[in-house]
Amino acid sequence: MTRDRFLKLLAIGTVGGVFSGLFGVGGGTIIVPLLIFWLAYGEREATGTSLAAIVIIGVYGTVGQALYGNVDPANAALVGVPALAGVVAGAAIQQRISERLVAVLFAVLLIATAAELIF
Amino acid sequence: MEYVAAGALGFLGGMLGGLVGVGGGILFVPALVVFLDKTQVQAEATSLLAIVFVAALGAYRQYGYGNVRLRDGLIMGAIAALGVAGGVAISNAVSGRALELMFAALALVIAVQLVRRALKPPQPPERPTARAPGRP
Repeated sequence: MTRDRFLKLLAIGTVGGVFSGLFGVGGGTIIVPLLIFWLAYGEREATGTSLAAIVIIGVYGTVGQALYGNVDPANAALVGVPALAGVVAGAAIQQRISERLVAVLFAVLLIATAAELIF
Repeated sequence: MEYVAAGALGFLGGMLGGLVGVGGGILFVPALVVFLDKTQVQAEATSLLAIVFVAALGAYRQYGYGNVRLRDGLIMGAIAALGVAGGVAISNAVSGRALELMFAALALVIAVQLVRRALKPPQPPERPTARAPGRP
């Protein structure tokens, strides 16, 4: 791995972490496009690798929040268990559509997120 | 009924995770606030726990499809601890509204770039020459 590539990965991980800390999300919104634009990742690889990083980032956030008593495991299961089925289905669908469509779906998600934040 | 609605949003959040590589918190948080009566902070915290498991299963499936560069993901995840701490500190120092607007602006800029890239005629998104040297 070149030094440049390693530094970019460190930068993307740090920025993803900042977003996670700021907004209480996993950070994928920022990790996926940075992998595509900075490291020439294909869309599918960017989304798969982002999920791997999010597992670790999510653990940091969950541990931190659990110390404040904010985590509710029962309610996490209410949304999380159906989400497990969703993620398997989503990943399967993603293998059958073009990478361009993945990019466009991601752009739609970003626009929806922006609208939600603004209004 | 609330449980069904929260579960449906959870399913959709997970689907987003599989499709576009996010954790699904973008839907988990509103599901927890609206249908399960959590405060914003409790919802974000609880959503993070769900995200860990959803992202783990999603990453596992994507790994099976050959779409995970595990070492890169681990490097990003490891360094992110610093970022998370920084982000929490910033969120306590800056107004929430300013943060929301900054994030919204950034999201729109990225969206435009992604669409422009997707609309470029035949040039494929993957450039083997650009990527080969970086492969482990």
